[in-house]
Amino acid sequence: MTPDATDLTLLCALRVDASRSTADLARETGLSQPAVWRRIQALRDAGVLKGSRLRLDRDKLGFGVTVFLGVKLATKGRISLEDFERAVVAIPEVQTVEHVLGPYDYRLRVTARDLADFERVLRRRIMSLPGAGQVEANVLLSEERLPGPL
Amino acid sequence: MLDDTDRRILRQTQADPDAPHVTLADRAGVTPATFARRLSAMERAGVVQGREAQIDWAALGYTVEVSLRITLDKTAPLAFETFLNAARQIPEVLELQTFVGSVDARISLVARDLAHYQVLYRDHILRLPHIDDIEALMHVARIKDTQALAL
Repeated sequence: MTPDATDLTLLCALRVDASRSTADLARETGLSQPAVWRRIQALRDAGVLKGSRLRLDRDKLGFGVTVFLGVKLATKGRISLEDFERAVVAIPEVQTVEHVLGPYDYRLRVTARDLADFERVLRRRIMSLPGAGQVEANVLLSEERLPGPL
Repeated sequence: MLDDTDRRILRQTQADPDAPHVTLADRAGVTPATFARRLSAMERAGVVQGREAQIDWAALGYTVEVSLRITLDKTAPLAFETFLNAARQIPEVLELQTFVGSVDARISLVARDLAHYQVLYRDHILRLPHIDDIEALMHVARIKDTQALAL
């Protein structure tokens, strides 16, 4: 779909705070509440607006370390990809798994309590994944999410 | 600070953030009143920072997603700050991260197609200050994306 300027305003607002009421969004966009509701519904139907995500303070919850891993598979082929994917998604500390093209086959985001906890996850879970070869780790220092081309 | 009940509430809420609170309270094994009280206490404490809608960029016509791993020339004064400030100005950039490791920074960006990506790369990315080396990972598929914590 091609969203118009009002749709983009709604997307921007919901990307920051998904719990905003239609009344509140109606005031911001100058639309009526039913019109806001219809637009949000259309964005959902088009698949533009997916479910929301809970934003938690990782540090306050005791998860002080986030590491991005680049994983190269040692053996390739359809079977090894499937085995690897099935095993990697089951690791609770692994938040995201992306299949990528480039120097690595997969990019993982791992959140652990501290470096010792990360080492445990890396040794016991990641290194033992079926087909896992070279692994590169980069410890996250800072992160910001931007609104993107809205 | 958090007890088991709080953790149960968070686990259920992060697993299904759009579910009605009554349902989530039920799944966490608490009354809706307890659920509401605990959740708002965690919001006040800043543990729960809010809820953000996720956007499917492909559905908006941005079919190409690239992760650029960047090594900076750290001998330049304020290399990180200048680089980040300039990268923030590129509208197609979705995420900016800095690291300790073999890579200094990462830019995640979307483009309408490969031709658009090429323009972004040539006219914006390559002009960013203090870049020593760039490696591109082209996104193929998202296998898992929860950002949920193992509470």
